[in-house]
Amino acid sequence: MFKKTLHIGTSPHIIGGSSTDQIMRNVVFALLPVAAFAVYTFGLSALLLLITALASCLLTEYFLNRWIDKSSPLSDWSVTITGLLYGLTLPPHLPLWMVFVGGVIAVALGKFIFGGLGYNVFNPALVGRAFIQAAFPVAITTWMAPFLPDRFSHIPGSTLTLPFLKPVYDITSGATPLSLMKFEHHTTDTYNLLMGMTSGSTGETSALLILLGGLYLIARKMMNWRIPVALLGTVYLISTVLHWSNPDIYPGGLFMLFSGGLMLGAVFMATDMVASPITPLGATVYGIIIGIMIYVIRVWGGLPEGVMYAILFGNAVSPHIDNFIRPRVYGTGKQWSKS
Amino acid sequence: MLFDLLKKNPTFRHGIHPPQFKEDTRDKPIRHFPFAPVMIIPLAQHIGKPSVPVVSEGQEVTRGQMLARADGFVSVPMHAPASGVIKKIGRVPSISGKMVPGIFLEPFPGSSQEVLEGKPVKVETSTPEEIINAIQNAGIVGLGGAAFPTHVKLKIPEGKHADTLIINGAECEPYLTTDHRVMLEQAPDIIQGVRYLLKATGAARAIIGIESNKPDAAENLRNHLPPDLPLSVQVVEVKYPQGAEKMLITAILGREVPSGGLPIDVHTVVVNVATTAEIGRLLPHGRGIQERVITITGPGIKKKGNYWIPIGTPLRYILEQAGAEEDIDRVFMGGPMMGTAVSSLDIPITKGTSGIVAFREEEARKKDVKIYPCIHCGACVDACPLFLNPSKLGILAKFKDYHTMASDYNLMDCFECGSCTYVCPSHIPLVQYFRISKLVLRNEKAKAPHV
Repeated sequence: MFKKTLHIGTSPHIIGGSSTDQIMRNVVFALLPVAAFAVYTFGLSALLLLITALASCLLTEYFLNRWIDKSSPLSDWSVTITGLLYGLTLPPHLPLWMVFVGGVIAVALGKFIFGGLGYNVFNPALVGRAFIQAAFPVAITTWMAPFLPDRFSHIPGSTLTLPFLKPVYDITSGATPLSLMKFEHHTTDTYNLLMGMTSGSTGETSALLILLGGLYLIARKMMNWRIPVALLGTVYLISTVLHWSNPDIYPGGLFMLFSGGLMLGAVFMATDMVASPITPLGATVYGIIIGIMIYVIRVWGGLPEGVMYAILFGNAVSPHIDNFIRPRVYGTGKQWSKS
Repeated sequence: MLFDLLKKNPTFRHGIHPPQFKEDTRDKPIRHFPFAPVMIIPLAQHIGKPSVPVVSEGQEVTRGQMLARADGFVSVPMHAPASGVIKKIGRVPSISGKMVPGIFLEPFPGSSQEVLEGKPVKVETSTPEEIINAIQNAGIVGLGGAAFPTHVKLKIPEGKHADTLIINGAECEPYLTTDHRVMLEQAPDIIQGVRYLLKATGAARAIIGIESNKPDAAENLRNHLPPDLPLSVQVVEVKYPQGAEKMLITAILGREVPSGGLPIDVHTVVVNVATTAEIGRLLPHGRGIQERVITITGPGIKKKGNYWIPIGTPLRYILEQAGAEEDIDRVFMGGPMMGTAVSSLDIPITKGTSGIVAFREEEARKKDVKIYPCIHCGACVDACPLFLNPSKLGILAKFKDYHTMASDYNLMDCFECGSCTYVCPSHIPLVQYFRISKLVLRNEKAKAPHV
C-alpha cells in the first residue's frame, strides 16, 4: 500500500547551485588568509582590532534582529563578512572603543535600517569606516609601522585608549605608500606592495593574498569577476597612460594597483552583490565608474586614498545602472518587431 | 581532431545545466504495459475544448474506436485504449485535483492488443487539408508535454508561410528518456511522420534537433535518412531548456520568435519527435492514438524503464506494476523541471504525460530549505533564456505590482521553465511568483468589461 498523502508543490521539483549562506561562508573563508596575514604583520593590536570589529557587528546584528523578532539572524554569515571587512579597512592600532562604535554604526545604519540582508544600498563595512573617517579623522590616518619586533608582546597604548580620550601613540608610526607618494613623492617598490611589506590598513597590505581569495571565489562562481577586472583595469589604464605622459607627476600603473586599499576594495568591497549591479554589462560599467573615481580622488583630490568614497559612490549609482542598462529581452527590439 | 573539439554544438544563450539522471532508463527498450482493470479517460486531455462523447454507458467498444468526437477546430477526439465496456460517463479525477468530465472504461479480461483499422490516409495522394484533418481525427496532441492539438499548429494562418519544420528531439528535462528511445526504435515511423508534416505545412525542409547527450539517437536517425527527403539531423548542446520551442528555433536557425508571437512568425513549425512518430504510425492505418511511451523512473521506482502505456491507465496501477517503493512521497508527471506533482494516485495518465518520476521522502526536495532575501547575485539573470530580470520581477511580485511586471519587465514572455528558481541561492520561489502574477493579470483581463 502506498502512503495516503503525497507531498505536492509546483515545479521545479529540484534545485541546484549554492545557497546564500554557502556563498557568504565562502567569502569569509576567502578573507581568513588576509586576516591571518594582518595579525602576522601588525601583531596583537590587529588581532584585538579584528575581534572587536567582529564582535561589535555580530552583537549589533543579533540584538537588532532579536528586537524585531527575526530568528537566527547570524546564520546567513553576511554580518561576519561585514565585521571582518570593516576591521580590515582600519589602521591596526586604532583605539578599540572607536572600532566598536564604528561597527555598531556599520550594521545599524549601513544594513539594518535599510531592511537587513539584501536591502542595503551601501556596503555596510564601508559605512562604518566612513563614520570613523568623519568622526576621528586623525586617528584613522595615523599608521603603524609593519613587523615591529615587539608586536606580539606589546599592545600599543592607543589600542587601549579609554572611550572619548585622545589616543596616545607610543610606537613607531609608519607612513603608507600612498601618502609617501602624495606628500613626499616617494614611490614604494611593487614587490613590497604585492607581498604586504608596507604600512597601511590592517588588511590591505598583502595584495597577493587578496587576489588569491578573489580567484577562489571567482572559481567557485561566488563572485562577479567583471567588477574587479573592470575596476582594476580602469585604474591601471588611466595611470599607465598619464604616467607615460609625465612620470614626475603621475605614479605608474603597477604602483597604483597594488598600493592602499585598491585591491581589498576591488576584490572584496565593490563586489558586494547586494550593492552592485545585477547584469554583466552593468557590473562592468560600475567597475569602470569606481575605477575612475578612485584615480581622480587619489591623484587630484585632497586625500591620499579614495577607494572608500569611490565604492560608496558606485553603490549609490548601482540601482540607476540597473535601471538604465537592461539586456535586450528575447524576441524584442526592432529586428523582431511583428509585422 | 582539434578542430572538432573546438567546434561547439549550436545552442541558445543562458540556460542551466541540471544533473541528467537519464542513465537509469536510456538503455531500456520500450516494453508494453498490461491493461489496468479500469481505464479513466478525461474528455479534455488537450488544450482547447473538451471532446463530446459519442458512446453510451454499457456499450461495448473495440480498441481504437472513437469514444468522443472533437468539438470544433481546437479540439481532438478520444479513442478507446482497450476493448471493453463503457462503465460510466460522468466526472473523473484529474491531475489538477478537480473532478472533470470523462469516461470510465472496463477492459475485457484478456483484451487483445489488436487495434481497429480505419480509412488509410496516404501522403502521396492526400492534400495538406486532408492530412491536417487526419491528424485531428487521430486525436494527436503534442506528446512532449504541452498537449496542444498538433493539427492546429500545422494549419498555417493566412498570409504566413513555413519554410522549415523542426522536429524536437532535444528532450532537455532531466530523467526523461521517452524521446530518446523513440528515436532509437521508431526511426521509420519518424521519417514517415516527417513526410506527412512537410506536406501539411508546405515547408521546404525538416531538421531534427537532438541534444548531444543522445549520440546514438542522432546516429540512428542519420542512418535512416532517405535520399529523397530534405531532412537532416542537427545535434545541439545539452542545456535546459533546449527543448523549449523558442530555444530550439534559436539554436538551430538563429531566429528569434518575436515577443508575444508564435514560431510561424519566423516561418517555423516545431513538432515533438514522439508526436511525429505517432503521426507516421497512425495515419497509414487511419487509427486513433490509444497509447504512448512514458518513462517511469526516479529513486522510488524499482523497475525503471520506458513503457508503452494505454492512455487512461490509472497512476496507482502503473506504480504497482513498476514496483514503486511503498514510501514514495512525491510523484510527478513530466520532468522535474516543469512537471506537475500529483496529489492523488487515482488519476489517469493522459496524452501529455511524458514521464512519471517518483521520489521517496529523503530524496525529495528538502522541505526546510531556508528562504533568504534576494542578494542580487544575478544567477537568475544569467540563467533566464529570455533575458528577463527574474530578480526584479520577484521583488515586484512581492509588492503585488503585477502591472509594472508586465509593462516594464516582459512578464508575459516568461514560459515558466523554472531556471531562475533552480539557480536562486536564496531559494526564492521566483517562477511560482510569476505563475501567480500571470494568473492575476489574466483573470483581470477576463473580468474587464468588453468595449
